[in-house]
Amino acid sequence: MKASIKIPFSFLLLAGALMLPQLTAAGEISGPAPDFTLKSRGGENLKLSEFRGEVVMINFWASWCAPCRQEMPLLDQLYNRYSPMGFTILGINVEEDSAQAEKLLKEIPVSFPILYDTGNTVTELYKVMAMPSTVMVDRDGNMRYLHLGYLPGYEVEYEAQIRELIKE
Amino acid sequence: MAPRAARAGAVAAISASQCGGRNPLPRLARRAMAILLVLLLGLMPLLAAVLPEDRSDALYHAYKGGGLEVNGPSILVRKQVGKSSSLSANYYVDSITSATIDVITAASPYTEKRTEKSVGVDYVFNKSIMSTGYTNSIENDFDAQSAFFNISQNMFGDLTTVSLGYARGWDVITKTGDPDFKEKANRQSYSLGITQVLTKNLLMAFNFQTITDEGFLNNPYRSVRYLDPTSASGYSFEPEVYPRTRTSNAAALRAIYYLPYRASVRGEYRYFSDDWGIRAFNAGVGYTHPIGGRWLLDFKYRYYDQSGADFYSDLFPYAQAQNYLARDKEMSSYSNQTIGFGVSYQIFPKGLRFIDKGSINLKYDYLMFEYDDFRNITKTGYAPGEEPLYEFTASVTQLFFSIWY
Amino acid sequence: MIRLAARTILLTMTVFALGGCGIKPWVKPYERHILADPIMNFSRDPVSAAYETHVYQARESARGAEGSQGGGCGCN
Repeated sequence: MKASIKIPFSFLLLAGALMLPQLTAAGEISGPAPDFTLKSRGGENLKLSEFRGEVVMINFWASWCAPCRQEMPLLDQLYNRYSPMGFTILGINVEEDSAQAEKLLKEIPVSFPILYDTGNTVTELYKVMAMPSTVMVDRDGNMRYLHLGYLPGYEVEYEAQIRELIKE
Repeated sequence: MAPRAARAGAVAAISASQCGGRNPLPRLARRAMAILLVLLLGLMPLLAAVLPEDRSDALYHAYKGGGLEVNGPSILVRKQVGKSSSLSANYYVDSITSATIDVITAASPYTEKRTEKSVGVDYVFNKSIMSTGYTNSIENDFDAQSAFFNISQNMFGDLTTVSLGYARGWDVITKTGDPDFKEKANRQSYSLGITQVLTKNLLMAFNFQTITDEGFLNNPYRSVRYLDPTSASGYSFEPEVYPRTRTSNAAALRAIYYLPYRASVRGEYRYFSDDWGIRAFNAGVGYTHPIGGRWLLDFKYRYYDQSGADFYSDLFPYAQAQNYLARDKEMSSYSNQTIGFGVSYQIFPKGLRFIDKGSINLKYDYLMFEYDDFRNITKTGYAPGEEPLYEFTASVTQLFFSIWY
Repeated sequence: MIRLAARTILLTMTVFALGGCGIKPWVKPYERHILADPIMNFSRDPVSAAYETHVYQARESARGAEGSQGGGCGCN
């Protein structure tokens, strides 16, 4: 008896269903960006509201997160290109122990401010759902875009959104 | 020779890719499963997953026991290509010197070489990871090809990973010394995997796989023995006859738990059954202990137990006693135990040019097999059917280098 | 019996999912540093895991359900 070549209907349906995109990994959001104060790598405390008037890209990252490591050099490039135009990146490290983060920053040095959220208060405040997560905040302090995760190619979207928010 | 080993290689290629068979589930259940799963998946936010890391490994493997020595290399290379794909390739060789109990009782010791090559692609697409691959295994009397397709999805805030797979296999079996002998066997496999993060320290996975084969499913060199008063030894041999189809199901549960001083403990249980009457289970535990930042020690224990096929017997009462006849010891009732130990040392802690990190690893497993109804007929001076039960031990050694880039 | 187990698990997952579409992940993405540790991987070295599976499959009648994927850092 020849083995059936037909793949059962159920299996095709399952496989097809797995490919349906539902919520996208990038979307528009709204509302004022919750304010926070965190200790920075330089030692001083930085407060989000101090950056009112600039476009702020808040990026939540961790040393154990491979896509975060992939993203870092690209974020640094964006920072160097657009910071003269009133743009900054706040790289919030979410680890309780900052030693691994420091080690990574020695391997992948960046110029933008790094903040340490060792108590995970800001990650709770922003309801971080994926690693990495990126929130774009406009010059008025409102959240405009949210990115969950990082895949190669996202940096193109980041750049488009930065340019849009800078022009406002 | 050893088509069984090569077929196992082909099946390993299929099952390693998590794939499936000839619809053993009743139609209504399948439809229900499909509709419910579609609803399930349709309502969940889907986030992307991460491609496997870029790495290359060079392994030397050596098996020795039960009159069999098999050794050779296995080279695995994986690299991300472009933005969304990862390519991998494997080159594997078994150099075989065989004087096992089956060989010395029916033929003479032989040497042989089996070469297996595989390629695979993983692709991140619309928040899914799709994987596909092809494997080809060649030895002088056995040629096996297999291909698989797998799709994997993270759900529930990335706490759950669901994976579905399908694979096909095609074997061509020939026989040394018999140029007219050429048979085929085909295989289909479906598999389902669900991995669940239970707490930040505990991970659990469930796997289910169903495999269907059809065609020539036994080893052409194996024979069964039957009582024969006309023979000097009291028994004679005739060829094995196996059914031309086989359907099997396996379900496994695995868990890994993190210990606070940085170590992990893991457990595994798998249950297997097929329509040849074989019921088997294996259970195992493992413990991984890091020392400092650069050493890892692994310890493992595994127990396996199977009950034999319905048509298996060590000694049939007369010739052609049944429609199907088997005396292959892999079809008998037996158990085995494994104790294993491994050491891993991280080299290149600060990287080296394009290399991010590397490791050198040594693993040693000691296997003990005890058969319940397969007898050692090399032992003379016993009446047929009263020879001692067969048992043997084997050492399995692996030495490998890995680099990440 | 195995088929029944597989079906039950799928149905349970489905009911669970439908009943709790808004389930909040109880392990936050930023708490996953332990799960991202290589010692928490089901198969840390695929080349070795594949070889070990082959050693058993060549000698045992049981086959299937050998691999597990998932866990890990849960990034993206």
